[in-house]
Amino acid sequence: MSVAPVEIERTEAAEEGFAVTEPDVPWVTIVHNDPVNLMSYVTYVFQAYFGYSKDKAHKLMLDVHHKGRAVVSSGTREEMERDVQAMHGYGLWATLSQDRG
Amino acid sequence: MSGHFQALPGGGAAVPLDEVEISILRSLAVQLLELIGPGDVPAKGEDPLAELFREGPSEPPSDPALARLFPDAYGDGDDELRAASAEFRRYTENDLRTRKREDALAVVRSLDALDAAGEGGAVLQLTPDEARRWLGALNDLRLTIGTRLEVKDDDESEALYRLPDSDPRKPMVMAYLWLGALQETLVETLM
Repeated sequence: MSVAPVEIERTEAAEEGFAVTEPDVPWVTIVHNDPVNLMSYVTYVFQAYFGYSKDKAHKLMLDVHHKGRAVVSSGTREEMERDVQAMHGYGLWATLSQDRG
Repeated sequence: MSGHFQALPGGGAAVPLDEVEISILRSLAVQLLELIGPGDVPAKGEDPLAELFREGPSEPPSDPALARLFPDAYGDGDDELRAASAEFRRYTENDLRTRKREDALAVVRSLDALDAAGEGGAVLQLTPDEARRWLGALNDLRLTIGTRLEVKDDDESEALYRLPDSDPRKPMVMAYLWLGALQETLVETLM
């Protein structure tokens, strides 16, 4: 995980107090639980595609399994479309949405 | 049907397969290829370059198994989300179909290269790249069969696994479980 450049942080600080405009709201990739995919395979995909540690991938997999869904990545809409496409390539059931929560 | 994948030194994986297992796997992979289909190929005489700019479908497949392999990217929702899903599908589904087809083809090719005529069958040896393609194809097969069997949550599935031999779904359930064991042991070699 990288740290946002200082310039960007300053800009955000300067805009504090204004309503957040839609384009600034990040998008997220959500992986949904399904009864077929193996837990080990889902963990493998999170490690192989996102480069997550075994622990993080395992925790995300358990979130998907127990809570029915988990946010696995966040970023711009284009980045999330790329992630969703990759998840579909692996056969995981994934969607993207704007994180208004 | 007891063969399990084992990691090979230096990468890749191997599994012993007998003639019957090879024939079942091949048949399932070919059925998967037929299900995924060639997509819209350019008509005869059409500029092959047009293929590069060809748009995919905007509607989800009507077959439930295909709909599971190629889901909506924006989930269920209002017209705006449906429109976004349709646009995403136009630009991604053809690539996705190509990838899944190539994975299934890789399975067929590696099985065809085996000689299991002798006693005791053959040992299938996969390179790391082939192993990843097999992993994808095994998963697509399980998604397809799981959809056909209407595998639901864990409790309901338990009953599926205890079907009497007379149940017409029994062979498909056996194949589903076997593919699961193959995939599980193949994943383990890659972790």
